[in-house]
Amino acid sequence: MRYVMLIDTKKCVGCSDCVVACQTENNVPIGYCREWIVEVMDGTYPQLEMEIRSERCNHCANAPCVRCCPTGASHYSDGGIVLVKPVECIGCGACIASCPYDARYPHPSGYVDKCTFCIHRIKNGQLPACVAVCPTKCLYFGDLDAPNSDVSQILKRRKYKTLIPEAGTDPQLYFLI
Amino acid sequence: MTSRREFIKISVLGAGAIALGNGACNLIKSYKNGETGAVLTRTPTYCEICFWKCAGWVYRNPDGSVWKITGNDEDQNCNGRLCPRGTGGVGMYYDEDRLKTPLIRVEERGRQTFREATWDEALDYVAARMRKISDSYGPESIALFTHGTGSTYFSTLMRAFGSENIAEPSYAQCRGPRDEAFLATFGEEVYSPEITDIRDTKCLVLIGSHIGENMHNGQVQEMSDAIDKNATIITVDPRFSTAAGKSKYWLPVKPATDMALLLAWIHEIIFREYYDKKYVEKYCTGFNQLKEHVAQYSPEWAYGITTITPDLIRATAKEMANAAPSVIVHPGRHVTWYGDDTQRIRAIAILNALLGSWGRRGGFFRPARQELPQASLPQFIAPRRTWTDLFRGKYPGASTPVTNALIDGSIPENNPGYPIKGWIVNATNLILTVPDQAKTLKAISNLDLIVAVDTMPMEITGWADVVLPECTYLERYDILRTSPGRKPSVALRMPAVEPLNNTKPGYWIARELAKKLNLVQYFPYEKLEDYLDWQLKGIGSSLDEMKRIGVKNLEREYDDLYFAENEDVEFYTDSSKIELYSEYFAGMGFDPLPRYVQHEEPPDGFYRLIYGRAPMHTFSRTSNNPNLTDLMDENSLWVNPKVAKEWDLTTGQYIWLKNQDGIISGFPVKVRVTERIRWDSVYMVHGFGHDQKKLSRCYGKGASDTQLITKVHTDPVMGGTGMRGNFVTFVTDLTNEEKAS
Repeated sequence: MRYVMLIDTKKCVGCSDCVVACQTENNVPIGYCREWIVEVMDGTYPQLEMEIRSERCNHCANAPCVRCCPTGASHYSDGGIVLVKPVECIGCGACIASCPYDARYPHPSGYVDKCTFCIHRIKNGQLPACVAVCPTKCLYFGDLDAPNSDVSQILKRRKYKTLIPEAGTDPQLYFLI
Repeated sequence: MTSRREFIKISVLGAGAIALGNGACNLIKSYKNGETGAVLTRTPTYCEICFWKCAGWVYRNPDGSVWKITGNDEDQNCNGRLCPRGTGGVGMYYDEDRLKTPLIRVEERGRQTFREATWDEALDYVAARMRKISDSYGPESIALFTHGTGSTYFSTLMRAFGSENIAEPSYAQCRGPRDEAFLATFGEEVYSPEITDIRDTKCLVLIGSHIGENMHNGQVQEMSDAIDKNATIITVDPRFSTAAGKSKYWLPVKPATDMALLLAWIHEIIFREYYDKKYVEKYCTGFNQLKEHVAQYSPEWAYGITTITPDLIRATAKEMANAAPSVIVHPGRHVTWYGDDTQRIRAIAILNALLGSWGRRGGFFRPARQELPQASLPQFIAPRRTWTDLFRGKYPGASTPVTNALIDGSIPENNPGYPIKGWIVNATNLILTVPDQAKTLKAISNLDLIVAVDTMPMEITGWADVVLPECTYLERYDILRTSPGRKPSVALRMPAVEPLNNTKPGYWIARELAKKLNLVQYFPYEKLEDYLDWQLKGIGSSLDEMKRIGVKNLEREYDDLYFAENEDVEFYTDSSKIELYSEYFAGMGFDPLPRYVQHEEPPDGFYRLIYGRAPMHTFSRTSNNPNLTDLMDENSLWVNPKVAKEWDLTTGQYIWLKNQDGIISGFPVKVRVTERIRWDSVYMVHGFGHDQKKLSRCYGKGASDTQLITKVHTDPVMGGTGMRGNFVTFVTDLTNEEKAS
């Protein structure tokens, strides 16, 4: 089992609904976020191109944050989801420094927090909160090891890219382009 | 002139205990939180953060506090997916700056201030002042400015009292020109939510409409569906909007010249015989007059005006024709731009008619709306005078009272037919909504009474004599939502939690005030929920059922979502046809066919001020919401790099803006240098630059476009306030500027 997320940049409008839905679902304190929006512009008026992306933890298969965690708080869970155990986290910040995607933040309660792919919802048969709320349906979540899953099918027929592949982290967020 | 009424900053009131009850929720199914295993309850609501009114569920924590709000899967308006504002609706409830108890303006030691009052005192005060105004001038001298769901209750109260001066800024400051143009052409408006069949369209044409930045939920969702199906999107905008970024064709039109482009498209579609001949022949009148009229408007002619090349105009016209009738030239929503807006939207309506998209799949569908039994109320007595008697003959095409006419009627120097002396302002922040603030404040200084009903200490509340704090939509019942849509539907809003502090639902406020005015017979139900139950039982449902399901979709009475092949359609116009040539407009003395009028251009060193929406905010009303300010807490000023270079501006720098009338923005705004805006314009998101200190998160954040819109180009047809004809320049050093002036 390999959980992945697909982000269709052709549809994302950058509304930030994923961000706020994640915040309310996971009680992320105001002023912090597990997700964010990136807008990339190219060209000169009026020859312009724009890519809008909803970003979060890439749940890397070769995650530097897991490797560098001194306590084992950062670990792989079901389907390759990268999680932090708050009780084991000492808040040293090594993982924050090692993440090429800047996906982690120090939670005011003293541990490091990040996207969990809403594992509590997945276990209930629900989609992650960001995927469930997205008005443009530009987010897809599923098991890449299942050949008939939506995510496997879409990656077969669409062009995609990953972010900073040269970091060698084997990221599991796929951006449809 | 010394104003009698000073602006008061609402004093901080002691934070009341948070009262959370769950009496109403015992019928509600419980849900388990997968993370904590805690048993949760959810109650249905429909959103009040914007007019789309998506239906959703409010989830509560075990301690009764609000956890989150999600969409209702059965709801046609949102399909289970709320937008960021709806998701962030929890912030409206938790905002510690909320109004907490009624306030009455008093004078203490020569200084005006508010004192806390009981509801009884506050409503007695309002009723006494309303009576006094009515006795001296007539009941119609009191006007209601209103927005949102609560409008129903306060409108009922006003009509019972004897005034039909009930105006919504959503008309003359927003979609009014669109409604009147479509009424004149098709005999029908485009409704809200709009009846645009974007889901199945093959070509969507957006004229300045920035779907995706306006989060009109169903439309955003359907535009995304259309992208999935490879529909062609054509966006006309001087700004590279989000929608422009998703478009096959972006037409970076010179601002204020959209009409020329529309006329050239009409020309092309007629003279290349792209139009739907059968449809036009069967359903339309005035085609020959239109053809003759647009002969002059070739793509070459439009090129010189719009800067859009004839090739591109032709190519896009062909795209529309290829997709027809599954094509939508979108009517837009906020369309009060240049003062000839009704005519511009007429051109849009005409284009749709020529392409045969009205009543066709992928064009505009026929809406269905659930009828509900209505309580039989005593007859309203027709008022002696209405808003049309204020200024006779003005805005003859307006089918509803015009906010700015009521404001004009509040200023004696304007010699209105009779004076407006009192305002009840419900859930609309007129100061940041209506342009020409100086005029609004002048009107306010001449009033004997202003009552503000709101949840937040918006600017307007600082000018009120009485402030009535309403609870948020999460804390109250409201009338059932029966939005027009593909299917008839009903949605319930019920309280998830008890009202915080000493706040009350709008229905309660209106009814209690009615009691004081001996008009309670117009509010026969003491509890709104009893009325809802009675209405629901009339359509075979019940309050209990709706508490469980939140939304009920019903079947259409007829299978008539689109016109049937060769259907004989009777349109609600004078001719019973689609009126390409408008006899109705001609009769009022307006152009029966739209024509191009050149608009003023920015003087040297000035730039056209363009404003719009951000997906995480609704007007100025969400700018203090803690969840939404977390996403966006100030607006920025978009400046083209060429302009930035000329003025030595850099991204992140704070500057002030000065408009053509010398008005300087109250607060500095952050520069964003971006290729996404034309060199002759600047852009900002509307709704920021609040100057009410009690809005602690948004006070002084960003600039207010409304403050800088002092030149209003009023639409003579229906009174719309054209707001895109203002020009600004940059002030980098305010001290020097102040010295100079």
